[in-house]
Amino acid sequence: MIQNTVQSETWLWLAQRTSAVVLAVCIAVHLTTMIIAMQGGLSTAEIAGRISGNPMWLVFYGIFLTAVAIHAPIGMRTVLLESTQLSAKRVGLLTMLLGLFVFVLGVRTIFGLYQMVPAS
Amino acid sequence: MKQTHRNHPTYWAFLLHRISGVLLAIFIPVHLYVLSLAVTDGALLDEFLRWSSTPIVKLMETGMVVMLAAHLTGGLRLLGLEFLGWVSWQKTMVALSVGISLAIGLVFLLNAD
Amino acid sequence: MTEEMLQVSVWKGDAKGAFVTYQVRRQENQTVLDLVTHIQRHIDPGLSYRFACRVGVCGSCAMTVNGKARWTCRSHVSNVVEDGRIEIRPLESLPIVKDLVVDMTDFFDKWAKAKGSFEPTCSCNDEIAAVSPSDKKRRLADAGIECIGCGVCYAACDVVRWKPDYLGPAAMNRAWTLVNDVRDGGNDERLRAVAGDDGCLSCHSQQSCVERCPQKLNPTMAIAGLKRETIKAALKGKL
Repeated sequence: MIQNTVQSETWLWLAQRTSAVVLAVCIAVHLTTMIIAMQGGLSTAEIAGRISGNPMWLVFYGIFLTAVAIHAPIGMRTVLLESTQLSAKRVGLLTMLLGLFVFVLGVRTIFGLYQMVPAS
Repeated sequence: MKQTHRNHPTYWAFLLHRISGVLLAIFIPVHLYVLSLAVTDGALLDEFLRWSSTPIVKLMETGMVVMLAAHLTGGLRLLGLEFLGWVSWQKTMVALSVGISLAIGLVFLLNAD
Repeated sequence: MTEEMLQVSVWKGDAKGAFVTYQVRRQENQTVLDLVTHIQRHIDPGLSYRFACRVGVCGSCAMTVNGKARWTCRSHVSNVVEDGRIEIRPLESLPIVKDLVVDMTDFFDKWAKAKGSFEPTCSCNDEIAAVSPSDKKRRLADAGIECIGCGVCYAACDVVRWKPDYLGPAAMNRAWTLVNDVRDGGNDERLRAVAGDDGCLSCHSQQSCVERCPQKLNPTMAIAGLKRETIKAALKGKL
């Protein structure tokens, strides 16, 4: 993201479109899950109960999170390059930090929820 | 008096896609942080969830869902254009995208407790 | 019959110039080019502008009329006038030489940069290439070859406005017609030329080019095609 060669730009673009397709599927699942889960109210216990000990959700959210951590930074890179005077190098750095932040925070949460012992 | 070259549906669709994308990029770190409270401070999260069930917050959440759906459906239109060569019916697809986004928002709102 | 006078604001000078408003009598059948011609002949002989054919086949008279890039010889006053006013300024995204005349150098330089020229693979001693007009690739090429390089799409494109090195819709539309020309041998170079952020990947499919093209071409479609081809080339390691 810091380099600016034709090759690196092409791979970034491809990563953006690929993660977009993955996200389309993940969002469909996520929105449906949330709309169902919301009925009757959300709570910490309810969220933990759904995910803890469930490898399916672990894998799903892992994939979902990775796709977001790729898609959002690349998208913001384009927006920043087109609407600010920041250098490509600076923009690359900032957006990579965003991706890292999202990924690390998300991974800790997913694993934390997975390993939680549901409250009785 | 000055009309510009931006006064047409596929341009508005671009604007919506960009604005929704930026809003989502801001929302997601906040969303993930709040979610992390489930692990680190469940009581605080429960308090937050109670607060967020008030109508005004539910409305804002619905807005975010509409943004998400708009970014998704608009993105699908673009993927169709770029990878499948679907160049025709662009205005119709833009209209469908907006309609579906609002519908999804409505479903969310109606199911919010 | 009351005489309606049009308020015609015309850009005078270079980038640091200003609008000057002229009164021109409105006529039943009148194009924007007629207005400019009248002003130059009868009111302000110092007004500079480009035109050639006057009948919508050369593209020389392209200007920004009430905010939209268009051929002035094919813009009927009744279709563009707003409240008796018409604003005429030069095409956007190109340096102003004087008044309504822009420097088209960047536009054509980018055409060359996008490798928008034919690379022959045979000599005149070879048989004429047999390409059926109904051939899939030929039809794709034919959809874009009527471009006469008027610059309207370039002036309408926001990415051109935001990225000074962006090749633009016309150059890439031409590149696409050549990508689909089975007689052409320059595609490896050409795909390399149109890839990346200065090329097809920066197109956001806003489709202002499609909206404005007087020949009803579709540069967005051409650029989408280039996106597919450059990605294929990248995956094959050919970029």
